[in-house]
Amino acid sequence: MAKALISVPARARRGEIVEIKTLVSHPMETGYRRSQVGERIPRDIIRLFVCTYNGVEIFRAELHPAIAANPFIAFPTVATESGTLTFQWTGDNGFSVTESAAITVE
Amino acid sequence: MRSVGAAAVCALTVAASVFAGEISPAARRSGYDFMGRESRAMQDDETANPGMLWVLEGASLWQRKSGTAGRACADCHGDAGTSMKGVAARYPAFDSTAGRTLDLEQRINGCRVDRQQAPALAWESRELLALTAYVGRQSRGVAIDAATDARARPFVDAGRATFQRRQGQLNLSCSQCHDDHWGRQLAGNVIPQAHPTGYPIYRLEWQSLGSLQRRLRNCLVGMRAEPYDYGAPELVDLELYLMWRARGMPLETPAVRP
Repeated sequence: MAKALISVPARARRGEIVEIKTLVSHPMETGYRRSQVGERIPRDIIRLFVCTYNGVEIFRAELHPAIAANPFIAFPTVATESGTLTFQWTGDNGFSVTESAAITVE
Repeated sequence: MRSVGAAAVCALTVAASVFAGEISPAARRSGYDFMGRESRAMQDDETANPGMLWVLEGASLWQRKSGTAGRACADCHGDAGTSMKGVAARYPAFDSTAGRTLDLEQRINGCRVDRQQAPALAWESRELLALTAYVGRQSRGVAIDAATDARARPFVDAGRATFQRRQGQLNLSCSQCHDDHWGRQLAGNVIPQAHPTGYPIYRLEWQSLGSLQRRLRNCLVGMRAEPYDYGAPELVDLELYLMWRARGMPLETPAVRP
């Protein structure tokens, strides 16, 4: 199943500011809603998003119940060296998705 | 004298709005045109459009062998990029075996049951939405071309009759909002012209992808009418009429809507 969509430019000049865009598939159930029979629907959200660039953490976000389903997170970074960007989302009920993308810096 | 004149003008305006009828081809607008800048940007950017999550899932389902026949969609239809281009723009289409028109979801499930010998996918299930979105995505930009088959005509007429029939506790017809009062406000929202140009759509209110039938049922509930069941002939006829009404407009699947 398609868990996440990542957009990282394949090539960049050294020192260039590039935009990273991520979209992940998740219902982000708040925990505040009730079902049609009045039972509380348990919370099921992503708690943490971390992006590392060649093993160094460059971006981190804590997510909360008010964030919509299928969270879209975009951020800029400076292209310093060729390598791999790794993205990890972790959350309730053992949710964990890891994706990576390569970038060539010249 | 002056008040009589004003009353006459009023009466004329009311008459004009009551009998406005079908929208002329030049005046047609996709729901896209009624959206805010941010929602339009979300739809246009394929890395920001959440509907693409379903399209990607559909791409993997297309390749996956399923059912007792052990066949995948790709085993018969090959590359969807060529075999499915323009298909969604022609649906709902007349099916001679069924003796009536079938929408894209019903066509996909027909293939599953007959060719793959797999159980039909439930309406609004993630898999069915994913396959529909994937097939629909292949027709992005293609002009809608439904109901060219003469055998589909009676179903277009049935759909039009449903569209124009007042129903529900509010005693409203679809046409009263979407033909006569599009562009005006219904509470905080702009009333669109109801052209099904981007289904299945990612609706922000739903926080999910959904089919045209789900959208139609929403409207029926809003009119306080009893919604037709998923797959009911009335809903498929309505879908067909709406597609015929939007003929020539480009498909945007998967569209984003508020």
